[in-house]
Amino acid sequence: MSEETRRHERTPVIWMVIHGLIASAAGIFSGLVIDWFPAQASTQAEPIDHLWDVMIWVSVPIFVTVMIIVIFSMVNFRVRPGEEQLDGPPIHGNTRLEVVWTAIPAIILVALCTYAYVVLTDIEEAQANEMRIDVVGQQFAWTYAYPQAGGGKPVKSNILYLPKDRPVRFNVKALDVIHDFWVPAFRMKIDAVPGITTRYRVTPNRLGTFPVVCAELCGLGHAVMRSTAQVLTPADFDAWVAKQKAAGGGAAAGGTTAPAGGAEADTTGEKKATAIDAKQLFTDGNGTATACGACHTLADAATSAATGPDLDKTLADSDAAFIKEAILKPDAKISEGFQGGIMPKNYGDTLSDEEVDALVMYLDKVAGK
Amino acid sequence: MVAKFRAPGMLRAFLYTAYGVALSYAIIWVFRTWYDLEPLWKGEALLELSLFLAPLGFLIGLGAFSYWFRWASGKPTIPEDHSGHGAHSWRDYFKVNTDHKVIGIQYVVTSFFFFFVGGLFAMLMRAELAQPGRQFVESQTFNGLFSVHASLLIFLFIIPVFAGLANYVLPLMIGAPDMAFPRLNALSFWMLPLAGIMMLMSFGAPGGSFASGWTAYAPLSVTAPEGQVFFTIGVQFAGASSIATALNFLVTIITMRAPGMSFFRMPLLVWANFSTSLLVVIATPFVAVSQFMVLFDRALGFNFFDPSGRGDVLMYQHIFWFYSHPAVYIMMLPGFGIVSEILAVKSRKPIFGYRMMAFSLLAIVVLGFTVWAHHMFVSGMQDWIRVPMMITTAIIAVPTGIKIFSWLATLWRGVLHLDTPMLFALGFLTMFTLGGISGVMLAIIPVTIHVSDTYFIVAHIHYVLFGGSLFTIFAGVYFWFPKMTGRMYDERLGKIHFWSTFVFFNLTFAPMHVIGVQGMPRRVADYAEQFATWNLLITIASFFLGLSALVFAYNMVASWRGGPHAESNPWRSLTLEWQVTSPPPIFNFDAIPTVVGGPYEYGVPGAVHGVLKGGADVPTPAGATAGSAAGATAHGGGTATTKDEDL
Repeated sequence: MSEETRRHERTPVIWMVIHGLIASAAGIFSGLVIDWFPAQASTQAEPIDHLWDVMIWVSVPIFVTVMIIVIFSMVNFRVRPGEEQLDGPPIHGNTRLEVVWTAIPAIILVALCTYAYVVLTDIEEAQANEMRIDVVGQQFAWTYAYPQAGGGKPVKSNILYLPKDRPVRFNVKALDVIHDFWVPAFRMKIDAVPGITTRYRVTPNRLGTFPVVCAELCGLGHAVMRSTAQVLTPADFDAWVAKQKAAGGGAAAGGTTAPAGGAEADTTGEKKATAIDAKQLFTDGNGTATACGACHTLADAATSAATGPDLDKTLADSDAAFIKEAILKPDAKISEGFQGGIMPKNYGDTLSDEEVDALVMYLDKVAGK
Repeated sequence: MVAKFRAPGMLRAFLYTAYGVALSYAIIWVFRTWYDLEPLWKGEALLELSLFLAPLGFLIGLGAFSYWFRWASGKPTIPEDHSGHGAHSWRDYFKVNTDHKVIGIQYVVTSFFFFFVGGLFAMLMRAELAQPGRQFVESQTFNGLFSVHASLLIFLFIIPVFAGLANYVLPLMIGAPDMAFPRLNALSFWMLPLAGIMMLMSFGAPGGSFASGWTAYAPLSVTAPEGQVFFTIGVQFAGASSIATALNFLVTIITMRAPGMSFFRMPLLVWANFSTSLLVVIATPFVAVSQFMVLFDRALGFNFFDPSGRGDVLMYQHIFWFYSHPAVYIMMLPGFGIVSEILAVKSRKPIFGYRMMAFSLLAIVVLGFTVWAHHMFVSGMQDWIRVPMMITTAIIAVPTGIKIFSWLATLWRGVLHLDTPMLFALGFLTMFTLGGISGVMLAIIPVTIHVSDTYFIVAHIHYVLFGGSLFTIFAGVYFWFPKMTGRMYDERLGKIHFWSTFVFFNLTFAPMHVIGVQGMPRRVADYAEQFATWNLLITIASFFLGLSALVFAYNMVASWRGGPHAESNPWRSLTLEWQVTSPPPIFNFDAIPTVVGGPYEYGVPGAVHGVLKGGADVPTPAGATAGSAAGATAHGGGTATTKDEDL
């Protein structure tokens, strides 16, 4: 061993510390500056985002320490010409050092877990005046049911409407396979599991429209199982509920009430069908059902999505009965080149009979023309 | 010609495969006639039975069971004359061979074949994801691509390639002539390509390949088209192979160490495979069970996971992750072993804190069984179990941290030879640290609630399995390439491979952290417009990452065919595998060596790890210093080396 001949063995520890501090500062700065999260739209978001920032503070210096030691070793201890047969000093260990690097990470981790536990209790805490919403996932759509006071029929919707600043508890169920109900702007998610009811709470605190995403692989249409959540002012929300109760009682109940109505319902249905703007229904949806144009191309409505079949082609020669079946039972007949099971099967629930008829009339008239 | 079909080999294997299918038809006919079932020839039933019997037919035809069948039926067994040892032409690799060195190469080459196939699938996925909307694969194909990608790379690449490398070097390292159960070893290997081919064949199934991810969550996997059973049954073969190999390693390590090789004189690669094998033997039966339950639900209507039949959906996840979390360590611990070997040799220093390195492996084994439910923080399981699982998950970072800091201390004041294996080892050290840090973040429940099932998870698992495991695999392949092939690889191409892999790996996977936290879910063929820019960048980087793998492939093939001949001990290593020729003699050692000191005594004057007997036959590694003392009976030096200065 000719240890003393390696002049670069006078290791520049002080330089490592300086470089490490600079790199850590830069890393923490960029870690905090990066716009990691979507908008904060619930009271749960802030503590989670803050916890994230704390993790950045802790993580960056650890990573920088490893990087700095590796880089400095590569630069300072790499073999120089003439040292090819040289060995390093036979250092086998250092108990004190090993105790230190066992204890310090353990302390950091216990502290982090304690903090995380506090945040967890905080974000999951039950709130007074909670509103319950029943969320049902199925391939490949979400249906939200708002139980009404006094045991009235629940209002159902395909779009999640929430009043601002009102605590909400979601009771989540699945009809077929596992889904995952996630609103990134709220930061919370839970699997929708067949056979059990799962739940979580949020308190929306920002007005606006936010994506709802299915986060658990649920089959062929998993990628398109997206919809929106709209946070409204309490007044707007109440107005929406009132409107749904007035107009959409039938919409929610769908086919179950139709036979009871008999001939009278049919005539009012006719009248309403003419009043409904089917083209707008196609492009924008009705506020509870996902718009057709989100997945289908139709020249008349100027939509160009390609998730589902191009209606100008597939419906060019179809009659009204076929179109109605295609809306209500989408898997009955599948267009060539497409797979069954992707289009939601709940349009019978979320569109009223009148709306379905209007859409059928409209599509029969314009598709492929 | 008839004789060829009667003798064990590929021809008979294919014939017996057909017998297996025919037998399936016969059994189905008998049972369905008996129970008067309609239709008589039910495709699903035939397929599921054939997927078991055809591969078994193949293995029997190939001769993997010949010895045991003869023994069990009382016929005279054909004594092992070792004529089958070694490989003299490429054809020998397509036979049942009991030589651990041949099997090791069979393993490594086979698993790299599946590595390239799995990588190709990743390229197709990234091409689809270059833009939002549908490009050129529809959702069934896309879901199939990521499912088969993950299944191949986990079950057919990372796990078996480690088993292959260890198969080759581990018996040499402990001074053994072979593995403890050579025939079982051969059988373990031959189950693997069958599992892989089965998974690939699923693309031809009606309804497409299995598409419920490598996790195959019920009830999606129970209701999925028939392609799913190619996974369900393929995993049985891959799993059986793993379990048999792990048993083999355990017995080999416990009973076949050379005299003098106490547990604390074993190289850390041996420790790592000892720990891994414990994990495999205990955990792998759970994944087998989970898939059998799916199969029973599908084929026999058992309702394990069907809530309408009083089944429990979450039970699948508990059983699955009770294997699949330890599986992460099954895919990581052997890499820890490889890196420990390389860092010591290439830094010319003893491993810092050898005993703690060994104990931390065992600590990971134990803790690894206590963290599985951290995969289920948003699964809807009972709330209370989350916090204990968060704490154990975080605590597992402590033994892992001990390893990282000890490796860093091993580098300190060493004489670093920064060649390709060392670069990959250092690349592992840094990238795995990142994967570990995001792992700790994922232990923290409130963070996980937001990022689970997003691209953050995709980023994390690739930092662990690509930046972690794959980097150690590359390091190990380059490191032992001279020993395994007797040739040197091209150092310049190796460095190009490392730097291109390192750069494009980070460009591919680092941005995934960001889009995941921003809200992009994983396993989607289509995504919201806001993620378009990042995804395009990721796709471009991933194509270059794919190209970098071709540099590796060219280097390996060209060097194996025409590289310069390798010395016995080009790295001046002390461990036993380097004290024999490259490639080693058919029976490894002329006489069992004696171990007289620790494996990493670099820098200790006159240090010797093992003494090879056999005098003249012992090759003298050119340029070696301490290592060349083999056979020179430096017993004095040997005892000196056992002294731990600070430990």
